[in-house]
Amino acid sequence: MAETSRILTEEMVAEIKAYFPRYPSRQAVTLPALHTVNEHLRYVPPQAVVEVAELLELHPAQVQDTLTFYGFFKQDAPHGKKRVWVCRSISCALRGGEEVLSAMCEKAGIHPGETTADGRLTLEAAECLGACEQAPCMLAGNDLVGDVTTESAEEFVATLE
Amino acid sequence: MPEFEPVLLANIGKTDSHRRHVYESGGGYQALRATLKDKAPDDVTNMVKDSALRGRGGAGFPTGLKWTFLPKDHPGPFYMCINADESEPGTFNNRILMEDDPHQVIEGAIISCYATRASTAYLYLRYEYPLAYQRLQQAIDECYEAGYLGKNILGSEFSLDMYLHRGAAAYICGEETGLIESLEGKRAWPRIKPPFPAVEGVFRKPTVVNNIETLACVTHIAARGVDWFKSIGVPPAPDNPRDPGSFGPKLYCLSGHINRPGCYEAPLGITCRELIEDFGGGVWKGRAGKAAIPGGISMGVLTEAEFDTPLDFAGPGKAGCLGLGTAAVVVIDETVSMVDFLHNSCRFFAHESCGQCTPCREGTSWSLRMLDRIRAGRGRIKDLDLLLEIGDTIGIMPGTTICGLADGAAWPIKNAIRKFRDEFEDYIKRTNPEGWMVTEPVEALEATGIH
Ligand SMILES: Cc1cc2nc3c(=O)[nH]c(=O)nc-3n(C[C@H](O)[C@H](O)[C@H](O)COP(=O)(O)O)c2cc1C
Ligand code: SF4
Ligand code: FES
Repeated sequence: MAETSRILTEEMVAEIKAYFPRYPSRQAVTLPALHTVNEHLRYVPPQAVVEVAELLELHPAQVQDTLTFYGFFKQDAPHGKKRVWVCRSISCALRGGEEVLSAMCEKAGIHPGETTADGRLTLEAAECLGACEQAPCMLAGNDLVGDVTTESAEEFVATLE
Repeated sequence: MPEFEPVLLANIGKTDSHRRHVYESGGGYQALRATLKDKAPDDVTNMVKDSALRGRGGAGFPTGLKWTFLPKDHPGPFYMCINADESEPGTFNNRILMEDDPHQVIEGAIISCYATRASTAYLYLRYEYPLAYQRLQQAIDECYEAGYLGKNILGSEFSLDMYLHRGAAAYICGEETGLIESLEGKRAWPRIKPPFPAVEGVFRKPTVVNNIETLACVTHIAARGVDWFKSIGVPPAPDNPRDPGSFGPKLYCLSGHINRPGCYEAPLGITCRELIEDFGGGVWKGRAGKAAIPGGISMGVLTEAEFDTPLDFAGPGKAGCLGLGTAAVVVIDETVSMVDFLHNSCRFFAHESCGQCTPCREGTSWSLRMLDRIRAGRGRIKDLDLLLEIGDTIGIMPGTTICGLADGAAWPIKNAIRKFRDEFEDYIKRTNPEGWMVTEPVEALEATGIH
């Protein structure tokens, strides 16, 4: 059988190894390692789990067990170029957050958790983003967008690069 | 009473308030210098104990007392876990401190590590705070440059490393032992206690877990003294020898149907109504208030008639709520259906239950399914009793679960249905005229997605 091709680049491996001195156990590097892979690949495919486990001297099942606890890491396909978390918790819901999420889903033609066919956008229903004073709000990549309206949300989807 | 002077928010609004030189120009890190020069670790612990500071993360446990639970004869290492998972709906005060004044937090953290002999501090930050992540990392780097972190801090014997550790979007990582498991690289399944973290915490070593705002308070206690701290807030109830009181300034978060949502600093004990009227400019759109969450959604709800409840550690409990929680007030106006409110709450907890304990896992998901069915016009009066049965039986208070998430799920159910029973009954009768009185089992709706 041909050897499966490696997924983690040298750069990723170096980034992961840089975390080792911070913790007395290798297993503690699991989340930092998964984030590293996810930042580079926008998902964490099973082969990456195997390679992370090797680096951390764990069984792949241990890494997979941790990974699946968090709904955060996708495994089948990368998330879109922009991953947008739209808050549906109480302070946002009171000011139209659910309507914002529906409007965006409709405009993009996807359900929460899905990615548009062109790979530009993944929409996620989020719980409280800790920015309730700007409700309703969403986190678009690293940018917090506050006081969203259904119009501005649709505009956001329409003008996304 | 002297005029209240905000300290926690004092730097916020200054240009570059997140940079070290700005913080230092306002006297920053003087408290750390003085502490390392003049005080032994136990002196600091005693100072914090004397101040009667209580944890700001939700449980209100006395901070100094928690530190004394660390074993005296342990060879170490000792750890500090700084809880910045802040995910309780309605809560954003930690974010503001970390984004706009991270050095205030870090100074308190270093002083607290000195007191607790911690050699490594992990700051567990929720993933959804990218700006806080960037600012904290910059602040930590600035501290290493200045010799506030690293080996032999400011020439003393004390050495400390501080690392950021990012979560991955799970509320349960804020529960202190869920945080520890997550930090260790495992599922964030809260541990059965005892042992408490002070005895056996992260990497099986003695560990203190403290909230961001708690540590910011330590900075000010070290700088201004115990008497200053105790001049603010509410003293213990004279008839309750176990009440440690509610001293110090507090950051209140105000959101929902309010004219001026925001984070405001006030003495502990301000009433919910004062907060809404004096700071928030009243309920929005000229409407009347109907209810308010007193301290994050886990705490339940106050009715409008209960708005004069003081928001100190003892106040919300007297109105039947779970407690002060995170002091995050969410205002609900007269147009909102409490059925919708409760549905939102149940959905949150069903999504966030970690699934370890059957009463919590099943109770949160069944309560959501019942609320879904009620909202679909197929509710029965009996469902309200079933919901209350769930509310009364899940949690660490009835003793059926490992952690307090279940109590937080239960309280909105109990408060909303008991305080607004007529509204729930009217809703069910109006939307299900044929079937509201049925008591036989009914079919569930097709299971709705929780995730
Ligand atoms: C479900 C749940 C979630 C929690 N989330 C947080 C949180 O996000 N931040 C926090 O500081 N404390 C949180 N807590 C409280 C912590 O378990 C712990 O009491 C606190 O971090 C201790 O710090 P303090 O004494 O300084 O408040 C949570 C508790 C529970 C039960
Ligand atoms: S009470 Fe709920 S969240 Fe807490 S440990 Fe049990 S199942 Fe998990
Ligand atoms: S409820 Fe949406 S950010 Fe808090």
